[in-house]
Amino acid sequence: MSTVTVNENPAGSLRDPGSSRPPRRVQGGLLDPKMLVRSTPDAFRKLNPTTLWRNPVMFIVEIGAVFTTALAIRDATAFAWLIVVWLWLTVVFANLAEAVAEGRGKAQADALRKAKTDTVARRLAGWEPGQVIDAARIERVPAPSLLKGDRVVVEAGEFIPGDGDVIEGIASVDESAITGESAPVIRESGGDRSAVTGGTRVLSDQIIVEITQKPGESFIDRMIALVEGANRQKTPNEVALNILLASLTIIFLLAVATLQPLAIFSKAQQPGVPDSAALNANGVTGIVLVSLVVCLIPTTIGALLSAIGIAGMDRLVQRNVLAMSGRAVEAAGDVNTLLLDKTGTITLGNREARAFIPVGDVDEHELADAAQLSSLADETPEGRSIVVFAKTTYGLRERTAGELSTATFVAFTAQTRMSGVDLAAPGPQDGGGRQIRKGAATAVLAWVRENGGTAPNDTGQVVDGISASGGTPLVVAEVTGTSADESAGRTARVLGVIQLKDIVKSGMRERFDEMRSMGIRTVMITGDNPLTARAIADEAGVDDFLAEATPQDKLALIKREQDGGKLVAMTGDGTNDAPALAQADVGVAMNTGTSAAKEAGNMVDLDSNPTKLIEIVEIGKQLLITRGALTTFSIANDVAKYFAIIPAMFAAVYPGLDKLNIMRLHSPESAILSAVIFNALIILALIPLALRGVRYTPSNAAAMLRRNLYIYGLGGLIIPFIGIKLVDLVIQFIPGVR
Amino acid sequence: MNTTTAGIIFAASLAIALGLTYRPFGDYMARVYTSGHHLRAEKVIYRLVGVNPDADQRWSTYLRSVLAFSLVSVVFLYAFLRLQGHLLLNLGFAGMEQGQAFNTAASFVTNTNWQSYSGESTLGYLVQMSGLAVQNFTSAAVGIAVAIALVRGFSRNRTDQLGNFWVDLVRTVVRILLPISVIGAIILIAGGVVQNFHHVQTVATVAGGEQTVTGGPVASQEIIKEFGTNGGGFYNANSAHPFENPATWTNWLEIYLLLAIAFSLPRTFGKMVGDTRQGLAIVSVMVVLALTSMFLVHGFQMAHHGTVPASVGAATEGTETRFGVPNSATFAAATTLTSTGAVNSFHDSYTSLGGAVLLLNMMLGEIAPGGTGSGLYGMLIIAVLAVFVGGLMIGRTPEYLGKKIAAREVKFAALYILTTPTLVLGVTALAMALPGERANMLNSGAHGLSEVLYAATSAANNNGSAFAGITVNTNWWNTALGISMLLARFLPIVFVLGLAGSLAQQKPVPPSTGTLPTHRPLFVGLVAGVALIVVALTYFPAIALGPFAEGLH
Repeated sequence: MSTVTVNENPAGSLRDPGSSRPPRRVQGGLLDPKMLVRSTPDAFRKLNPTTLWRNPVMFIVEIGAVFTTALAIRDATAFAWLIVVWLWLTVVFANLAEAVAEGRGKAQADALRKAKTDTVARRLAGWEPGQVIDAARIERVPAPSLLKGDRVVVEAGEFIPGDGDVIEGIASVDESAITGESAPVIRESGGDRSAVTGGTRVLSDQIIVEITQKPGESFIDRMIALVEGANRQKTPNEVALNILLASLTIIFLLAVATLQPLAIFSKAQQPGVPDSAALNANGVTGIVLVSLVVCLIPTTIGALLSAIGIAGMDRLVQRNVLAMSGRAVEAAGDVNTLLLDKTGTITLGNREARAFIPVGDVDEHELADAAQLSSLADETPEGRSIVVFAKTTYGLRERTAGELSTATFVAFTAQTRMSGVDLAAPGPQDGGGRQIRKGAATAVLAWVRENGGTAPNDTGQVVDGISASGGTPLVVAEVTGTSADESAGRTARVLGVIQLKDIVKSGMRERFDEMRSMGIRTVMITGDNPLTARAIADEAGVDDFLAEATPQDKLALIKREQDGGKLVAMTGDGTNDAPALAQADVGVAMNTGTSAAKEAGNMVDLDSNPTKLIEIVEIGKQLLITRGALTTFSIANDVAKYFAIIPAMFAAVYPGLDKLNIMRLHSPESAILSAVIFNALIILALIPLALRGVRYTPSNAAAMLRRNLYIYGLGGLIIPFIGIKLVDLVIQFIPGVR
Repeated sequence: MNTTTAGIIFAASLAIALGLTYRPFGDYMARVYTSGHHLRAEKVIYRLVGVNPDADQRWSTYLRSVLAFSLVSVVFLYAFLRLQGHLLLNLGFAGMEQGQAFNTAASFVTNTNWQSYSGESTLGYLVQMSGLAVQNFTSAAVGIAVAIALVRGFSRNRTDQLGNFWVDLVRTVVRILLPISVIGAIILIAGGVVQNFHHVQTVATVAGGEQTVTGGPVASQEIIKEFGTNGGGFYNANSAHPFENPATWTNWLEIYLLLAIAFSLPRTFGKMVGDTRQGLAIVSVMVVLALTSMFLVHGFQMAHHGTVPASVGAATEGTETRFGVPNSATFAAATTLTSTGAVNSFHDSYTSLGGAVLLLNMMLGEIAPGGTGSGLYGMLIIAVLAVFVGGLMIGRTPEYLGKKIAAREVKFAALYILTTPTLVLGVTALAMALPGERANMLNSGAHGLSEVLYAATSAANNNGSAFAGITVNTNWWNTALGISMLLARFLPIVFVLGLAGSLAQQKPVPPSTGTLPTHRPLFVGLVAGVALIVVALTYFPAIALGPFAEGLH
């Protein structure tokens, strides 16, 4: 199976994924006041009823605004015109929310379009892999006319004309146009780093790319469509919420429409009461009736709903994750099981030295010294970690390879499975001379036996013990007296064992604990043997592990989980991950991965950082929470609006109803106006929240519900009482409002 | 012992008795609907009707069975009422006029039992006994059957089978309603409720005047009137009549009976979905709402400011002195909280705010605890909506008992919630807009409006109690309320069964700590809050112009 190793990926290596814990709060870009100004023309453009009808709540507000405008033209009063203006503003604010959300995507889309320059491709006709590229076979065609299966040659400095796989050659590629990451990445034929994206630039060497996209359906094309929200479709939960909002709207329309006969009757029963701006012999005036409807129908959530959805996708884009559909983002919030690759996600890409365990009568420091010597020229991360460990734990000065003039370093090869150093004696008369080797236990022990030595009895025990605890043992041995001519002078002995261990990224245990409290089960996927896998799983705190995993095992595990009604999320990059990525409810493909993997998943992580799966889940949840919280807030707001408007309408007829005017609003007109103004302003005030998402702290469902109910339920009840009163305190001074 | 203490003991003992019933009775009902065994009597019925009792039905078939059965019931009862003059034991009464016969047939088949007639002066014993009393049994059983089908929607997975309506109907009658009614009727007879076929008797009163006394098979109808949350009285005075409700302890028993099934069904629900805590949560919501309402009615009735109430210590107008104000308030709250609509006092005479609470009880949609069956399914619909909003707030696609609440489920729940307010407000507005119907109002001002609102609310919530104060035996009222009762009963049943079908098809999502817990106090509060806020927002303007306008000074 394939694993993603962060250090193999130059883009990823710039950030050490383990060193900094991602911020607890899922951040979105803050609202830039300039954005508001820039989006204002769009907000007015969106008043067009042919597009607005898709948002039924705001469409009704617009109809109400048109109707009151007509009424205000007929009977112009300051009160009527103020209501008209604020009703229009309500719609404009709602449009503004959507325009701002879209505006952020548009900016990103523009940047992407620049990458989509019209390149000319050099297509190879009749070329087969392995053949020499014949200049005669190259034909120049415009990039958009390339078909799936065409092969093109790209050289340093040229743009790759379309998405495809490298089938010959290796090159460094600048993918900053799509990832925003300036460090180049390596793309080579074969394996899991063969995919290239159209619009990126080759920096060195020459590669031959087989095009895998259809014309006009390139990755960049899809990215542009996504961030612009061009074909944004409502997600399942959004549809359900819209049904609820529509039915609430109908209920309130009904409650207000049926009020009219009751109002006429009540007014007729008290003939002595003079007509007011709210009520006359024909019942409640049109302006006030519309105001009541607009205040009651769930305008707050209706205005912000689409902005919340767009902003949710946008938050993913800002983290360099592309979701192919909103449905996938929503599914991420519902995930029950996370399949996480061990390497790169749970552990750092490499193993590190953790202990030097001497065997026989060898001293610990002697072992450390030999281990360090043997690793000085070893540039693998494991080798470097041995040098570092010797220095930090045993205080051994870090020697550079050059300062040992007599040393010859022996590099690791797959045949010898050892590396080390040969130290010549300073002079022939000194005797001595020394060879040190470190490597896999079987190889080193064989080397010792070859040189006439034997391994102490405890060597085997130490080696097995390390394996059982999830580590990798490296045996260190030396042969001395190599300068002596006769082999009789040589002594070979095992010095000890270096324990290499997978390093679990810091903070992972806490993250998995959070996941558990959210009801998400984490499963570690690894190619290690079960013993090692269990040790690492225990250390990292995952709930379960799948050892010696093959792609088939992975697919079977996903299907098993799904049969139990669970939703599964996973990351993958290799072609053999594709079936599992397609099967998973949320499949995040790494951008470094193959085209097949990217095609199969429903998200692509441009940073190729598998840890991001956790963030994706959080963003999905935050999206739903924001919708739920603002719905609750919107409905809870209605209580205060009733207490403002009902007494304003009817206290003249039934003075007892003035008791309901618990905010003690200045006058009936100011009360109604205050409710309408508050209703509009709250939309504007909540745009930042809708774009950013509500605060999300991973915790269990009960705690989260309690918290959000208090803030948005109870808060939604209380805030409008205060808000409407404050507006009333100001507007009573407007001339013309009694 | 003063009346207040007595009233508290009366209400508290009721609560304790219902609490003791909850578990055994709920478990018994769960066994009734999950057992694979058919009684011999039931087999006979199945053979007569021609149904295979072991074949389950899809939701649409279940629905067709409910509608077909109810349609036959309406037609049969209508004919019965119209043809009374030609039948036995008619006490000399002629057939009912067509508008009223339609209204009465609709009323009894929908478990509303709104009565635009006066029992003792309109109907003979045969119609009362084999027309109305039969519907008292079957309409109650239909409600329970539909509720059980919804419960099966939650408890069953990946199936389109919701059980068999005919089996549920027959078992409800044979195993639950009939046995308890027989015992209960005998107890009521012992308490002084009449049960005879005497003709109308003329007796001399102590004061020397003459009075006609109608007897009849009262106890047998009285028992199911309460137990099946029907509420249609044998006499016009309903449970205030001494032949229907002779003593304080029969009053207690009647209240207990009308609450028993509705308060125990949540246990049946919990048992059938395999988690009795879920049932406890649902019944807790019912208890919270019912106790609040009970407390408010008592408060407004006992502490009313006004010359007469202040001097006698309570609002005694319209109450039977045999029962007193507290026990009447308990009865009134219980009868409006369930869809019973039986009365032992005159609701129109309640204080404005006390009456407003009775009105609100019905506007809650008869869910605390509601009618037999309809209370449970109504409450589960509210719970589904609460789960939807609450579920979003914890960042997951909402799920209730492992079933996802998605667009389809929300659609059915929303349509359910829309139906009743549309009918209540529609009929009220129409009546207030039409000059002819306004002329039928006997009272003017806010109180007159309250009476119209009460009538519309009572019919559209299948309650059947009345504020009176309007001449409702007119063609318009009979027809409007008859249609309203039918739509208010059967449209929600369509949506409930649709929801049940959609839930049963799902494969369940296993619960985890990330799942919204639906058995904790927090959820109880959320459901109660959703119920209250939906009602308050829908009816606030109408209530403001009715009881509030009258009651706030």
